[in-house]
Amino acid sequence: MNVGMVWALAGAVLSTALAGMGSAWGVGMAGQAAAGVIAEDPEQFAKVLILQLLPGTQGIYGLLVTFITLSQIGILGGNPITDANIGFLYFLACLPIAIVGLVSAYHQGRTSVASIGVVAKRPDQFGKSMLFPAMVETYAILALLVSILAITNIASLA
Amino acid sequence: MAIVDMQKLGICASKKHRKEILEFLQSVGAMEIITSGLDDPDLEKMDTMSSRNKYEKRAESYDRVLKLLDQYAPENKGFLASLNGKEQVGRSQLDKVIENRWKTNREVQTILDMDKKIQECEGIAVKDENQITALTPWLALDIPMSFEGTGKTCALIGTIPDEHAASDIYAAASQGMADPAPVSVDVISADKDMTRVSVVCLKKDRAKVEENLRNIGFAKPLQPIVGIPAEEIEYLKKDIEEQKKTADGLRKQIAEYAGERESFRIAADYYRMRRDKYELLGEIPQSENVFFLEGWVQKSQAERIAKILTERYGAVVGMEEKREDEMEPTLLKNNSFSESAEGVLASYGLPQHGKVDPTFIMSIFYVIFFGMMLSDAGYGIIMAVACGIVLLKFKNLEEGLHKMIKLFFWCGLSTTFWGFMYGGFFGDAIQVIAETFFGYKGDTILKPLWFEPIKEPMRLLLWCMLFGLIHLYAGLGIKGYEYLKDHDIVGFVSDVLAWYLFVTGLVFILLPTDLFASIAGRTFTFPAFVAPLAKIAAIAGMLIILVMSGRGRKNWGLRIALGAYDIYGVTSWLSDVLSYSRLLALGLATGVIASVVNMMASMFGGGVIGVILFTLIFVLGHTLNIGINLLGAYVHTNRLQFVEFFGKFYEGGGKAFLPFRENNKYVEIKEEK
Repeated sequence: MNVGMVWALAGAVLSTALAGMGSAWGVGMAGQAAAGVIAEDPEQFAKVLILQLLPGTQGIYGLLVTFITLSQIGILGGNPITDANIGFLYFLACLPIAIVGLVSAYHQGRTSVASIGVVAKRPDQFGKSMLFPAMVETYAILALLVSILAITNIASLA
Repeated sequence: MAIVDMQKLGICASKKHRKEILEFLQSVGAMEIITSGLDDPDLEKMDTMSSRNKYEKRAESYDRVLKLLDQYAPENKGFLASLNGKEQVGRSQLDKVIENRWKTNREVQTILDMDKKIQECEGIAVKDENQITALTPWLALDIPMSFEGTGKTCALIGTIPDEHAASDIYAAASQGMADPAPVSVDVISADKDMTRVSVVCLKKDRAKVEENLRNIGFAKPLQPIVGIPAEEIEYLKKDIEEQKKTADGLRKQIAEYAGERESFRIAADYYRMRRDKYELLGEIPQSENVFFLEGWVQKSQAERIAKILTERYGAVVGMEEKREDEMEPTLLKNNSFSESAEGVLASYGLPQHGKVDPTFIMSIFYVIFFGMMLSDAGYGIIMAVACGIVLLKFKNLEEGLHKMIKLFFWCGLSTTFWGFMYGGFFGDAIQVIAETFFGYKGDTILKPLWFEPIKEPMRLLLWCMLFGLIHLYAGLGIKGYEYLKDHDIVGFVSDVLAWYLFVTGLVFILLPTDLFASIAGRTFTFPAFVAPLAKIAAIAGMLIILVMSGRGRKNWGLRIALGAYDIYGVTSWLSDVLSYSRLLALGLATGVIASVVNMMASMFGGGVIGVILFTLIFVLGHTLNIGINLLGAYVHTNRLQFVEFFGKFYEGGGKAFLPFRENNKYVEIKEEK
């Protein structure tokens, strides 16, 4: 047991926890709107379901970063880290997806709600309405990328 | 890779051929009819509202009957039957149905009447039930509810709010009367809300007793019921039974019409066709003897349609020029591979005439990028096989759905390809299974053909950006092609060539720098002539943009300012290229989550229980992973096309070609000759 491990695990846990919270928030919001549409027009089920799921990816990204971190710091196989500074670096590397995941999933959820509104009124505009939530996700993807690149390269510093 | 050329036809024909011509056009389904723009004060339009409504109603009653049949005599349909598309029906079969339509109309009416009766029966049964509920508390009463009394006595039957004992009621009822008062109180039933009583007294005391009772809230029952409750309930139960039997009988009778389902379907569509025809008929301008029509047809079919109309119906058909304010409708024609992506293009917006149809180029990138994002050979094989089976088994798929599934078939193949490139087959399933159950220890079994993204993410990121740059260049290239097609050389040089020079120059300046080398972890060395060449290209491109980009402006100051602003637009190239990093991120997501699933599945070790739990977790986990990543890959491939690629050249704004055709719900009429 050492401080480095505590820091690293804190980061790993936070990325799933915060990004997951954001996704739950966003998917929940969009789900309420989607259910409303289904009440009126059940045929739009597939479309609104896709829109509802869009803010769900941040949670997956968070999970992904957690697993990569866990395998790097030696909790899931491999050698446990011992250096406190290295552990803190892992913590920092987890932050982008944790924070951006939380915020972007919330806002993607709100955008999804708006897009579900579009589909309710004009089902033929699904292709365009899908884009708006996808734009928000870009930043979650960038955060994911930074987190992954950082985590996979920290080991080479030690 | 093309937008089909359109020709506008003007038709003028005798009114006596009106219906035949419309029927012909409807069955061919090759002409989009326009009725606007033909307004002339001398021409009239026929009022077809009532016929239209009539046929609409007919079609609706057929729909209702078909729904009833589905309810009472469900068809045995397979799980995927909805993929089957519309049933094919020959012209002769249609003619037979048309001939018999009066008979089927009567049958439909009978069925609807029967359904009405069923609903009545059900209504009566519900009413009976309610009455039984109301009567049950009175069950102990052995005289009729309407019993008034004998020659000398008088019976008061009713309710008193709240729960009371018989003695209390007796006391209340006999108030102010000599003791012992000749009043008998029977409590029939009591609960905390209400007490039901029958009070018998002498006729002469009636007024007094009734008033006394009213003082404690006595009231006659709300529903006027005549008989003895027990008998009454018996009777009601019997009635419910009877109503149910009648309804069931009627249901069975309706179900007997199941054999007619086919002709009902055809008839429903026949009436729908007639409704459409009358709707159009109401919009066609006509004079006393002739009527006029205009419409778009495919240029290649124009001659043939014109000939048939002239020869068969004596119509005068002219090839017309489009008016200033008109736009040809867009119909796309692509090879068998690319047409599967037409739906993707259409969901963004169809191209206008005179512009390029980017479907072909887009479809190639679409399939490649999709594969890179999902990037698992196992998932790809599942996708391709599933889509392939659907395509083979269901030949009559609705057109849009058919294209969509075909697109996913190709995407599945591409996913398989990239999966083997990255060494992913259900993640690292082969390795995990070999190690867990067969005690394998050693090198990776399924080696990636290219390299493993998680081991060298930076390397793949560079490749993704290169693919992105190629994609963007292709988009810019299409814009250039459009300029050249319009013989706008100046536009080509200043809006397309200049950007190629500028961006390519910048890239080659950036690649050999130390900054880039430290980011990418590798150095690029080019021959000595590259560096000055790159500088020249970048500067030349920049200068052209600076001077030419605002060429529409007279004011030179403004023109340069606009040019400078456009140079700043190079940042959008940077963000566009960076956007392709999602190819890496989503590819990694699939692979890592798949490995996580395998890891969790293998936690229980070898042995029988291990195998069972492994299978369970494996199937569940990978199903979930396919679902979520399929969605991600689909959405983000679309985004790369719509935002990054189309952003470089595409405008859309075309109007889909919607020919006047048989808009059927159930069957498709096949010409047989």
